[in-house]
Amino acid sequence: MTAKVVTITSGKGGVGKTTITANLGAALASMGQKVVCIDADIGLRNLDVVLGLENRIVYDLVDVVEGRCRLRQAMIKDKRTEGLYLIPAAQTRDKTAVSPSDMIRLCDELRPEHDWVIIDSPAGIERGFRNAIAPADSVFVVTNPEVSAVRDADRIIGIVEAEEKGPAQLIINRIDVAMVQRGDMISTEDILELLAIELIGIIPEDENVIISTNRGSPISLDGKSRAGKAMQNISRRMMGEEVPFMELAVQAGFFKRLFAGGGSKNE
Amino acid sequence: MASHFEIKGVHDGLLIIVGDGEWAEIRKALLDQIETQSDFFRGADLSIDVGKRVLKAAELGSLRDRISEYGVTLRAVISKSSKTEETAQTLGLRTYLSRPQAERSGRAFDTSVGGDEAVLVKRTLRSGNSITYPGHVVILGDVNPGAEIIAGGDVIVWGRLRGTVHAGASGDEDAIVCALELAPMQLRICEEISITPPQKGTPRPEVARLKDGKVVAEGWEFPKVE
Repeated sequence: MTAKVVTITSGKGGVGKTTITANLGAALASMGQKVVCIDADIGLRNLDVVLGLENRIVYDLVDVVEGRCRLRQAMIKDKRTEGLYLIPAAQTRDKTAVSPSDMIRLCDELRPEHDWVIIDSPAGIERGFRNAIAPADSVFVVTNPEVSAVRDADRIIGIVEAEEKGPAQLIINRIDVAMVQRGDMISTEDILELLAIELIGIIPEDENVIISTNRGSPISLDGKSRAGKAMQNISRRMMGEEVPFMELAVQAGFFKRLFAGGGSKNE
Repeated sequence: MASHFEIKGVHDGLLIIVGDGEWAEIRKALLDQIETQSDFFRGADLSIDVGKRVLKAAELGSLRDRISEYGVTLRAVISKSSKTEETAQTLGLRTYLSRPQAERSGRAFDTSVGGDEAVLVKRTLRSGNSITYPGHVVILGDVNPGAEIIAGGDVIVWGRLRGTVHAGASGDEDAIVCALELAPMQLRICEEISITPPQKGTPRPEVARLKDGKVVAEGWEFPKVE
């Protein structure tokens, strides 16, 4: 096993990096993969909350880097999904507690025994972001269909290109099909035209995400949610499967069909 | 002596215009003159207009060799006889008088065009990227919002221009900005600042330039012959 290191980043905050990290981790693990999620947002950690593992933290990323514990001790085993681990960020420190080379060393240590290392990058383009992309084999840039998020994504893609972290791949999160159809939201096509990178996932707006996040239970484990399904699809694409993009057109009878039939026909 | 030939100064040396008469006599008279005025002739380039006279290679060759003893070089033989012209060409002599223009450039026609300093950027400029260049800037790719180009001269974008662009930054009022889709966040030419009005219809190539101190963008047409 040689893990592939994937960094989830965005530039702008609040676009769904943490939620996507948690869900991709859970989805991959449910497919039998060995996955480690690393929260690189030191000082503003969230991934532990989204995964519902907050109360289990003993050691964190900074403890590992500074030698207060072994790597193994900081890895929290997920309570629901076999094969999913979390390395939480320190909450009482800041980004400078870790360096890019620390992150590379840490990931190199994780690679032999896992299939995936998924790093949740902090917002911004400063030290925390540099730490997060330093060990990456590939980078997923998350954006929302909003001008400011797309602008930041463009900046991030430029930096990822300059750092030669391979071509970044794009996840468009929280797309509201009804709004796009009314012409009130930037469409997927417009975003792709501007950013000109490969699309790996489109996640529809879905209020169930908020519910599951608050509960600390990844939505991708829930087969009914459209957003969860979309994130499952991303994880299958990561595994090399050809999965067509969700048909997002909303029609009156569509939801009924989707929920009645388990929703697999149109995915 | 004067009846034999006439000497003229031309652009690249001396031109001897030969009158009527026996070639042998003329040749002798010419050589005599060169000898008597050897200081004047030394180092000179000579062209000789022999009129309709037909001359053999040996005659021209021996004249060339003879005058070279005085440091005079036979460059060209001008003749109305195609036979003589041919003979001159086989001896490596020109059969025309060179023109000042052509002589200066060393070629019959000057086909090279100078051009200005420019930088070619073969990639898409993303938000945060910036190019500053004192000459012209050519981008082969898009210029996304948040990217910035500052050029001393023109800016040409073979792609969508949506970032900020400043042409003629050092004061060139003739600077232009053109793009396949001209929709910059902000466009400046010299000190004049403009923003793109809302676009309608399918984008087309456009050129922006200063007209009466205002930035004006118009569809790009094939240049008319002026």
